[in-house]
Amino acid sequence: MHSKHWISALALTAGLAMGGFVASDSAQAQTTVRIAWYSDGNEGEVLTDLLKRFEAQNKDIKVVLDQVPYKAITENLPVQLASGQGPDIARVVDLGGVARYALDLRPHLKDAAYWEKNFGPFLPWMRPEGDAKAITGFMTQLTVSGPFVNKTLFEQAGIALPGPKTSWEEWGKTVKEVAAKVQAPFPLAMDRSGHRFFSVAISEGAKVFDAKGEPAVIDDGFKRGAKLVYDWHNAGVMKKELWGSVSGTAYRGANDEFKNAQVVMYQSGSWQIAQFDKTVGDAFDWIAVPAPCGAGACSGMPGGAGLVAIKTTKSPEAVAKVMEYLASEPVLSEFYARSLFVPGHLGIAAKGLDYQGASPHAKAALKVFSDQVAQLSPVAYQLQGYTSNRVIFNAVISRLGQAISGEGSLDEAYKRIESDIAQQIAERKK
Amino acid sequence: MASDAPIPAAQPERAGAASLLAAPLALPMRLIDWPMQGLQRLIGERRMAYVFLLPNLGFFSLFVFLPLVINFIFSVTGGAGLFPSERPYVGAQQYAYLFDCGSFLDASSCREDHFWRGVANTARFTIFQVTAMVLFSLLTAVVLNMKIRARGFFRAVYFFPVLLSPVVVALTWKWILQRDGLLNAAITSLGGERILFLVDPSWAMFWVVFVSIWAHMGFYTLILLAGLQAIPADLYEAAEMDATPRWRVFWRITLPLLWPNMIVVIVLALIRGVQTFDEVFVLTGGGPGTATLMVVHYIYETAFANQVQNFGLAAAASVVLGVVLFALTLLQLAASRRKGAA
Repeated sequence: MHSKHWISALALTAGLAMGGFVASDSAQAQTTVRIAWYSDGNEGEVLTDLLKRFEAQNKDIKVVLDQVPYKAITENLPVQLASGQGPDIARVVDLGGVARYALDLRPHLKDAAYWEKNFGPFLPWMRPEGDAKAITGFMTQLTVSGPFVNKTLFEQAGIALPGPKTSWEEWGKTVKEVAAKVQAPFPLAMDRSGHRFFSVAISEGAKVFDAKGEPAVIDDGFKRGAKLVYDWHNAGVMKKELWGSVSGTAYRGANDEFKNAQVVMYQSGSWQIAQFDKTVGDAFDWIAVPAPCGAGACSGMPGGAGLVAIKTTKSPEAVAKVMEYLASEPVLSEFYARSLFVPGHLGIAAKGLDYQGASPHAKAALKVFSDQVAQLSPVAYQLQGYTSNRVIFNAVISRLGQAISGEGSLDEAYKRIESDIAQQIAERKK
Repeated sequence: MASDAPIPAAQPERAGAASLLAAPLALPMRLIDWPMQGLQRLIGERRMAYVFLLPNLGFFSLFVFLPLVINFIFSVTGGAGLFPSERPYVGAQQYAYLFDCGSFLDASSCREDHFWRGVANTARFTIFQVTAMVLFSLLTAVVLNMKIRARGFFRAVYFFPVLLSPVVVALTWKWILQRDGLLNAAITSLGGERILFLVDPSWAMFWVVFVSIWAHMGFYTLILLAGLQAIPADLYEAAEMDATPRWRVFWRITLPLLWPNMIVVIVLALIRGVQTFDEVFVLTGGGPGTATLMVVHYIYETAFANQVQNFGLAAAASVVLGVVLFALTLLQLAASRRKGAA
């Protein structure tokens, strides 16, 4: 009896081992490329479709798409990369922070000039500090911070929509009137994010850097922007649920409130279009409006997510092949069009994209944001390209949030912002 | 008697399945048996206990002691590197930075004000939460120990929140407490004004304490209930025969005999209070401002949420927190020994 069981156990073990051997033998023929990816809308589904086509054309490469939360990209990925255990390719938003782990694709690309020509202005955002030539990735989406407006609430209130070049102060007053008339709880909502705040601050004249290109964040323009946001909270134009309700660097958005028609004006950005198109539908008229103005400019903040090759990859050739496929004009056109993204490819942007399947609302909003790209302040581009920009963003969110919630004055917040930035940059340089 | 009882015959199918599963283990066990017998002859039977403890001690060293040592090494290094070899030695600089304060009672006078706000909030939270938790747990245990109707049901109800994940607890309460949450719906339907519970600093701290008590009270109630059930019934019978008032029975019999359990509950609740993070992080995100920012949340933010992940400063703060927890653990050990002696 016992010997029978021994034989069965041995047979089972041998069978499993043989199966594993056969499986590993067939897998050896393929190179696996892992991509760490987060999604704001449907772009993960679109990419999955595109990668299936790539795999059909390239039987020797298997692409594994690890879809992870946004927080995993901002908080876990840097640790993975520092330990050398990261993916082969990653979709990142902290372009400057991740740049030092990026792979220079030039030796593996068939046509590096194509990349220079079409992604030229954005390549420096993804380059390691001090490197002026590397090609490490491309922008899966170019985002522009800017406001959405619930037009239906304006119509219900009987108040005319302000035109282009209206100042932030004027917008603040108008949306408060609208909210009061239609009983909307949020006249103006702004994501608790550095990009959103600096759209206001740069418009108000913030220069962010000194003549040597070093951070000099607190100036008159910055103070005007900060005071505006601070005063809006005290005057009830903005509610404390976003900026004043959490601590530290936490992000808070007002997507749900905007979708529920509780927000008159929502300072967010172009990546929300696909989501609003899907969730708001025809429930009310929502539009994107050009960036409001301040004493310095009428500018949003550029940003976005880049797909970056990682230098610890064991298969740089396969990685380059995947990147070339995804960055090719027809594939990228389809990706931008189906995801409703502002293109980060100059050729595609120049030709214009046909966003098939998008509603008239979404198409109009995409046009507003695409037109804004040319209007962005040079300071905004400089800040986006600065490798330690998240140090600045996080210090501002944290300290301004404290002042808004009633912990200290704006002047105290300014001092803390300066010392936080200095301390973190000094730590990085050690 | 029991050893003489006939051993029931195993079900043939079960025995077959068991021996099939045990078969792969039988061979290595037989192989181990020979060297173990040799080792036992060599070192003696009494010392074999240490041999059996070694694997566990190995795991403990790998997953507890080694991280502790690495954490301490990080706390005396600087920079943004991940591996100790990439990090410059800075001595006690991180500790000096943490303790650079004009006055320890005024967080805004400290260079690293968020750490001290975290310390103050954690202290406040722990004092209120532990006091209220112990009182409510005691009250609940006493009631659940009485012969009340549906006692089993109520015991299960009070214990149920302990089984929930802290994230589920926090999200559930967030939906109840937010602007358009259940509680505000109830208040406004009764004609009251909407209250922004998670935006007002005082309310936020109140609800953080309340939710924490709601979520964990069942566990401490269970410990106290076990203690109450261990008190000999004849003491109560004697008191009843003497017509002793109930409050006097509670003060003179119940509380003194329950005291060892109370100490354990207090110390365990203190340790958990100091370590609080998950529920508060999801419920309030440490806000409004920094009104509910706890020390562990500060450590997390410093180490992971910033672009420059300041592991050195976070590690120094963890060492400080570790010292506090170590002191509380010693307190618990002392209390347990006293309980054992009693």
